[in-house]
Amino acid sequence: MAHGSASPPSLDLTRAPEGGEVLTIQSGWRLAVREFASNRLAVVGVGILVFFVVFCFLGPLVYHSNLLQTDLINAHDPPGAGHPLGTDENGFDVLGELMKGGQAALEIGFFAAFVAITIGALVGAVAGLVGGIVDSTLMRIVDIFLSIPFLFIVLILAVRYGASVLSLSLVIGGFSWQVPARLIRGEVLTIRERDFVAAARTAGSGNGRLIGRHLLPNAFGVIIVNVTFQVADAILAVSYVGFLGFGLHYPNLDWGDMISDGVGYMQDGYWWLIYPVGVCIVLTVMSLNFIGDALRDSLDVRLRRR
Amino acid sequence: MTAYLLRRIGTSIIVLIGISIFIFLLLHEIYPSPARDVLGLRANNAQVAAWNKQYGFDDPVIVQYLRYMKGLLLHGNLGYSYSENQTVASLFAERVARSAYLSFMSLFLAILIALPLGIFQAVKRNSLGDNVATSLAFILYSMPVFFLGIILIQVFAISFPIFNFEASQSTDVWTVIGDWHSMFLPILTLTLLTVANFSRYMRSSSIDVLAQDYIKVARAKGLPERLVRSRHLVRNASLPMITLIGLFLPALLAGNLIIETLFNYQGLGLLFYESLSKADYPVLLAYTLIGAVFVVVGNLVADFALTVADPRIRLA
Repeated sequence: MAHGSASPPSLDLTRAPEGGEVLTIQSGWRLAVREFASNRLAVVGVGILVFFVVFCFLGPLVYHSNLLQTDLINAHDPPGAGHPLGTDENGFDVLGELMKGGQAALEIGFFAAFVAITIGALVGAVAGLVGGIVDSTLMRIVDIFLSIPFLFIVLILAVRYGASVLSLSLVIGGFSWQVPARLIRGEVLTIRERDFVAAARTAGSGNGRLIGRHLLPNAFGVIIVNVTFQVADAILAVSYVGFLGFGLHYPNLDWGDMISDGVGYMQDGYWWLIYPVGVCIVLTVMSLNFIGDALRDSLDVRLRRR
Repeated sequence: MTAYLLRRIGTSIIVLIGISIFIFLLLHEIYPSPARDVLGLRANNAQVAAWNKQYGFDDPVIVQYLRYMKGLLLHGNLGYSYSENQTVASLFAERVARSAYLSFMSLFLAILIALPLGIFQAVKRNSLGDNVATSLAFILYSMPVFFLGIILIQVFAISFPIFNFEASQSTDVWTVIGDWHSMFLPILTLTLLTVANFSRYMRSSSIDVLAQDYIKVARAKGLPERLVRSRHLVRNASLPMITLIGLFLPALLAGNLIIETLFNYQGLGLLFYESLSKADYPVLLAYTLIGAVFVVVGNLVADFALTVADPRIRLA
């Protein structure tokens, strides 16, 4: 029997021919994001980080405080009316200082991580791809930088060059690139054996294009995990430099600076100069560590639940 | 294995030479000559140039570097601190015993605590104790060293005056060692942070060891659990500790710096801080170089110790 009006059978991708369910195709990224979101600590971490970004950058728009003119009559006020977290030795409002210090900490953290990952990615990718004597030389240079005690060299350079966000970021990032370089080199060594790289080479792509278009995007998982931990380490490094008094100077300030000012008043019991700042540092770094751990778990295929 | 040994030593020497060149050049760039500090601010350029010529600071950088290295390696001459009016070596010698005590005591206690802790965490995995320990470790290594020190001072020296908020000020290292009242908090701070860092690795390495086949075999042949632990688990889980100690040396040096500054402990770390404030670059140069040497040698020793302790690596 001819059915003139019959149309070809439609292809229903959600049903297997013999019945039963078929899952729609999921990309690798969707799975990773899903894995990440199911980790409660990671979600908490993202929440805390977002809170701090909003608090530090949008907070001053809502909560106005004068951080430029000293107000010695109201110095060392405990938390109370007008000053939710009290005032410091210059009469500045501590909550306002927290926001401003947080801006510096986050800016330096992210920028230093960016510098570190850029240098590290370039060095690692070139070493992994080109191999041979270039690889050996670059890895020796990595070894040299790894053996220099980080805090000492950063402090020496910070004293001389760095009393600004930019120079501190460059100094910190400039001595944090070794670990990403090693990691990315390892990834590149694995990826460069894959077929698509051979195909790209046959199509005539040079090394630069290979690195930028093929190798680095495929090492993205390793890169993003490392970036998260770099930001956490950079924020800690800034707090150390600030605590020792070599960080940002008036009218700028950072969290480490605030703590070092507050330590002198511990015996007097002025807890609001120290503990709110310390808690902020710990929470920010912890949230970044949560995120980094969760990212590492979700991007590691072996650990994934199938 | 001798070939491996020689290769590693060779690489380490190359790395050390590279480090010394880099650091010397960097610090020379920042601080070419102490002439202005010695002669005073009102010295004119001619006097500065004459001083530089007399003391060899106007030679090409390479010559200065080679001279410095020759003095360092052949005569143990670490330079001269013009602001302290002492040789750098004597400045270090005054303080090295106290810093060494702080570092090694903390390291020793940290190993003593972290090793059994990691094993306990692996054996009682996901129990309440494990989770508490993991959370505490997590908070501790997200914390800057000085903040932990401040909390400990607040709790144990100010709110409950049990210990001293300042480290021992004595110049004699034996008095310092005996002065538990003052040294407890600095050592505790450094120990806690080291334990927090170690315990992550110890825990995962112990978990890995427990999943190994030889543990299954040992249990299957009827070995009591405590012997499984003492004979197989402890030995195999301790191996990463050797590498960890080597890797952790830079952090130990840095931790020393912060803790000595916070507790006012007259050690090498405080010397570094004071030299930074006074821009005493001969001290800073020597300090950074020696720190780098420690790191390289520490890693080398850790590598060798691991090769000796773990036959699997030796035969590979």
